[in-house]
Amino acid sequence: MNVRRRLVTLALISAVLVLAACGGQAPATQQATSAPAAEPTKAAEQATSAPAAEPTKAAEQATSAPAAEPTAAPAPTATPIPLSTIGTGATKIVWWHINTQADQRENWQKLASAYVKDHPDVSIEITVLENEAFKAKLATAMQSGSPPDVFQSWGGGVLKQYGDAGLVQDLAPALQQNGWGDSFQPGPISLYTFGDKIYGVPWNAGMVGFWYNKALFEKAGIAQPPATWTEFLDVVKKLKAANITPIALGEKDKWPGHFYWVYLATRIGGRAAFEKAYAREGSFADPSFVEAGTKLKELVDLQPFQNGFLGAGYGDHIALMANGKAAMELMGHWAPGAERGAAKDVKTFNANLGWFPFPSVEGGAGDATDALGGGDGFAFGKNAPPAAIDFVRYLTSVENQTAMAKAGIAVPPVVKGAEAGLDDALLKEIQSRVAKAKYYQLYYDQYLPPAVGQAVNDATQELFAGTTAPEQVAKTIEEAAAIELVQ
Amino acid sequence: MQTSSQPIERMIVRRPRIRWGHLATIVGFLLPGALIYIGLVLLPVAQAVYYSFFRWNGLGPLTNFTGLANYTRALSDRVFLLSLGHNLQLIVLSLAIQIPLALGLALLIRGLTRGRAIFRTIFFMPFVLSEIVTGVIWSFIYRPDGGLVETLFSSIAPGFAKTALLADPKTVLYALFVVITWKFFGYHMILYIAGLQNIPTEVEEAAQIDGCSRLQALRYITIPLLSSTIRLTIYLSVLGSLQFFDLIWIMTTGGPVNASDTMATYLYKFGFQRFQLGYGSAIAVIMFLICFGFSIAYQTFAMRRDFE
Repeated sequence: MNVRRRLVTLALISAVLVLAACGGQAPATQQATSAPAAEPTKAAEQATSAPAAEPTKAAEQATSAPAAEPTAAPAPTATPIPLSTIGTGATKIVWWHINTQADQRENWQKLASAYVKDHPDVSIEITVLENEAFKAKLATAMQSGSPPDVFQSWGGGVLKQYGDAGLVQDLAPALQQNGWGDSFQPGPISLYTFGDKIYGVPWNAGMVGFWYNKALFEKAGIAQPPATWTEFLDVVKKLKAANITPIALGEKDKWPGHFYWVYLATRIGGRAAFEKAYAREGSFADPSFVEAGTKLKELVDLQPFQNGFLGAGYGDHIALMANGKAAMELMGHWAPGAERGAAKDVKTFNANLGWFPFPSVEGGAGDATDALGGGDGFAFGKNAPPAAIDFVRYLTSVENQTAMAKAGIAVPPVVKGAEAGLDDALLKEIQSRVAKAKYYQLYYDQYLPPAVGQAVNDATQELFAGTTAPEQVAKTIEEAAAIELVQ
Repeated sequence: MQTSSQPIERMIVRRPRIRWGHLATIVGFLLPGALIYIGLVLLPVAQAVYYSFFRWNGLGPLTNFTGLANYTRALSDRVFLLSLGHNLQLIVLSLAIQIPLALGLALLIRGLTRGRAIFRTIFFMPFVLSEIVTGVIWSFIYRPDGGLVETLFSSIAPGFAKTALLADPKTVLYALFVVITWKFFGYHMILYIAGLQNIPTEVEEAAQIDGCSRLQALRYITIPLLSSTIRLTIYLSVLGSLQFFDLIWIMTTGGPVNASDTMATYLYKFGFQRFQLGYGSAIAVIMFLICFGFSIAYQTFAMRRDFE
């Protein structure tokens, strides 16, 4: 008896010691299962799959990095999509995109076929990846120095990091030819521009603004959407008085909340304040950024968010808006699309959907047209053949952009003239605002290097939780910027 | 003469003749395991140590040597120390609540005449679930609108203030600890049941014949005989608490406002989300040293008897 117990315990201990002391599971399983005694060995087997191996798991997931991808409108397609090669030409273009939805996927497929037909020397290998899987795979490809030829990009700090490491191509010379560069609206392409280098081109771009529920506004006796921050706070008070949750917010994910702070900073300090801070001539602890925090605190103090918003994710946020449980949200152009999927009654949802831009702040230096936004684009790996650039040029032709806008794929489109294809009134308005914006700013958590972007997200969450003063929040962001933005 | 010649003789006799075939067998058996262990455990650890001396975003060559800067940054970072504190809190809670609970249930189940297997299975069930599934289930249970906890409390106490346990920095860690306990007590319980099965009933019977009360039998016979299992579960519990990740990441991502961050979630946030692989490596090394230090100390002082 005792011997048996000893053996089992020993087997258990040896199994556990190997892996529990941080790491490697593989060898342990074998030992555990080789122990005699029937019942307890089961426990031993379980032991190996036990809590120990956490960090390694973390490492595996690792590369699926920034969870906070605003563009990640949930499109859960579980079935893996095999890659397909189109054409048989000798010049191969490797293309990774993340448009898993059937209509979008087929659209790319169709365009690739059309291109290859006219260019028989080219073949295009398409790999369709789910958003998070794409980011994981791309990071690995980048670290091994072999990026795909054409791939999804959101521009901003992540793309710049790849550019600085010489892993992506500079498109500036190609864009100068035959007016390709001028065919884009200036705002969207600025997201891919870093000094005199341009590391990618957009194929859709939108902006963040307030989506609201007209029926709930009416119920609270609000005649008009607010134009200024003061009016906005009044609207919140009225909604509260009418017993309606004024704002839906999935602040567990942090990026939905960071829009508020960034927009306020944009309205208060304007382009100059941000660009100074970014160029290290100014600081993220400057008065305009502190003021953004103070204004946001005014809102948070009214308790306008749903109960438990700090623990709610973007999925909860979507469900609230989709089903009329909250009156408004500050969100990008993808919001209605995501919410229609979660709405119990799509007709009512569509009928009540309204949009207004972020209110202006009294006395702020920012222009009322300044827009915070972002969208999708393509970047080119360092070894991409010239045909790859020509191919993307074809994708972003005004004809193709118009057709894609019409089909609801490139919404809002980014090529001048393609907006003719749009028929959704709200998206049309967003598109025209993006086109007219004097200053088009990408979300900070994408534009800034990842370390600073995440610091913005983390610090603004503290404002929403009411645990930290606006001065300290600005200081925390500045500390991260001071380390990362020095080159 | 006799006494002094004997050791010499023995040495001559026992001089090892290298038996190459025998050695090859040993090496042959050791090599595959050793290679896996070196390749998947020791080498990555060494690599992490190396990376931790650089400021590095994971792309391109390692050029920016910063010495121990990553370590001093970690040890002076408020959030990291907070995270470490949460790990320690989880250890204390686990040892104070989870282990006694598991032991108590194991004893109760042993006392049952019928239905042992059923109860054992029921209690063990949560452990079989993956941590991801557990996290998702409990996120539903804790939902502030229509979740089980909220519904339960508001029906017991009408007008009960709505609970959002995961959204409140003050309650989030305890709410998570409830889930952790729910998930892992069954595992410790199974270990205890296995240990209890190996205690000869004769010993306890003899003690009872000698006039020992049930409580005394528990205190002086059962628990001491179970001590090696107890030492083992404490060991597992502490290491598990030091490395907690999945469940917390699913349920709260360490928030709100770092209130449920552990060293592992902190490592993930900084190493991977912020692309600071050098700094992340330093955190990993610190975690490793803490676990390793604990392992060595615990094995040397508490578990030595179990290996004899």
